[in-house]
Amino acid sequence: MSDKSVTKVRLTAPIVRSVPSQICPGCQYWTLGRLFAEVLQELNIYSKTIGVIGAGCHGNSTAVLNIDSILAAHGRAPDVATAIKRLRQDAIVCTIQGDGDCIAIGAGAFIGALTRAERLTMIMCNNANYGTTGGQLAPTTLMGQVTSTSPGGRGTNHDGFPTHTAELAAIFKGVAYSARGAINTPANYQRTKKYIKTAFRKQMEGVGLSFVEVLSNCPPNWHLSPLESLKWIEEKMIPEFPLGEFKNVERI
Amino acid sequence: MTERMFVQGNEAVGWGALNAGCDGFFGYPITPQNEIPEWFAREFPKRGRVFVQSQSETGSINMLYGGAAAGFRVITSTSGPGWGLMQEGMSHIAAAELPCVVVLVQRGGPGAGSVRHAQMDYLSATRGGGQGGYKNIVLAPSSVQEVHDFVQLAFYLADKYCNPVVVLSDGIMGLIMESFEMKTIEFGPLPEKTWAIRGRENQKDGMTHLLHSAPGVAPSRGYMTYLSWLEHMDQKYKQMADAEVRYEMYQAEDAKLLLVAYGYPSRVSKEAIKMARSQGLKVGLIRPITLWPFPTQIIREKADQGYRFLVVEDSLGQIVDDVRMAVQGRTDVALLGVQARHLPTDGEMILPGRVLQEIRRLL
Repeated sequence: MSDKSVTKVRLTAPIVRSVPSQICPGCQYWTLGRLFAEVLQELNIYSKTIGVIGAGCHGNSTAVLNIDSILAAHGRAPDVATAIKRLRQDAIVCTIQGDGDCIAIGAGAFIGALTRAERLTMIMCNNANYGTTGGQLAPTTLMGQVTSTSPGGRGTNHDGFPTHTAELAAIFKGVAYSARGAINTPANYQRTKKYIKTAFRKQMEGVGLSFVEVLSNCPPNWHLSPLESLKWIEEKMIPEFPLGEFKNVERI
Repeated sequence: MTERMFVQGNEAVGWGALNAGCDGFFGYPITPQNEIPEWFAREFPKRGRVFVQSQSETGSINMLYGGAAAGFRVITSTSGPGWGLMQEGMSHIAAAELPCVVVLVQRGGPGAGSVRHAQMDYLSATRGGGQGGYKNIVLAPSSVQEVHDFVQLAFYLADKYCNPVVVLSDGIMGLIMESFEMKTIEFGPLPEKTWAIRGRENQKDGMTHLLHSAPGVAPSRGYMTYLSWLEHMDQKYKQMADAEVRYEMYQAEDAKLLLVAYGYPSRVSKEAIKMARSQGLKVGLIRPITLWPFPTQIIREKADQGYRFLVVEDSLGQIVDDVRMAVQGRTDVALLGVQARHLPTDGEMILPGRVLQEIRRLL
């Protein structure tokens, strides 16, 4: 079999490791782990990358990576990453958080890092609910979406409106790059991979903070089959959370 | 190099950290410790060291979690309300076994309380104020020299036990100006931080390192079960409690009454003892230097020998609980607390004359 016939990327570096599965059937977090692995390999930075992982299911996407990492307290990954990057400037420091971790309990830490223009790459997984704790209302929950703490659907109990984190990050002067992607189709996977790669490049070149929001599924808490959940992202989430780059500057 | 300087207690924190080879300070302004972040902002960047003003004390303590995990010597400072915010992070740092130093310049509580000196965070500092029951060494300086020295000792003990260490100062210790001898103190060799996260290319063992404030998912530390992790912690805390008790005895030999005080009330107590001795009253002082581990043994021995105790502390009574636990009801323990200040406002003090009055009443 010639390599030319293989269209998908082969992971050659010892970048992934074997860990027990802690994710639900149909969850995309290992797909996201695969995407990270491809990016770190192609940029050849995996051996200098330090991952700072928030509290939540999204940690499974980096658990498969053979990189040094630390699990932060809920919402505090930007603080933990700030100190590591300031003290070890040659490292590539990346945070991965869920929507609740990043923009609910960790909103202060997140805004603090944006304000100080930390040279970090920050990834936020948006699955429109709290997956780990069983599907409660998140800042990103869609209007009308039923969760275990919005049983009448969001909007019936004074629970506000969905937070648009990628657009928010783009407002900050110290942010070099902000984008939102999804991994529900092969085309979106490739586009999101490009976003995340660009985000890491911004850190490698020392431009400024880079942020990528990734729409991801949660079949059990959405009460949908894996395939239906991908369709739900396309039909419900993307209209609320448009994909694309909101900021991309070469210099601040 | 030895050099004498004349500085505030708060600034001595900075000189102590510098002499300890501290790599980074992370902090948030709060009275009465603002001179500490201001010192680091002025002195650290020009020496190639890191200063970050965090967005909150929650931020500061989690920055310490990150900096310590990366193998660096890191420090923060705060006071009452900020200390409250740090409790979550303190617990995670203790659980992840990361060495770092927190300087707590006590002010009056509870709540917003007062921005002036007090000793009302003793219990939360010595009991593991955050979730889940951890322990940390607490050092109590009573002079600018000791602030400087104890910050260095704190870094050593933190690295020795892979545990956070608190230097418990107060508004008076922070703002008092005294002459002190500036020097780097040698404490002896320390284990290498083989567990730190540095990026794989910087790891001597070539392994991937993962740190977490829980057992099970940390191959660089690796405990087989939850209970084996707790058992390891228990052993470590017992080792600290056995090896690290420090205290000062002052005129205690022939005393009938022993005062117990730390921080500024220990200075006040010494003055009161001098006055009492000149009047022929046999009184002395036990000054705990480590508040945890507490000098229980010496106090119990003295209780067995029939000594009585008077605790002088600027609160409604916190360290007095530890003294009462040490004496186990074998002798009397009196308390001269915050109500003994010479005026009822928040900037006043327990003065030596008032302590002497209490000594006379008890003897």
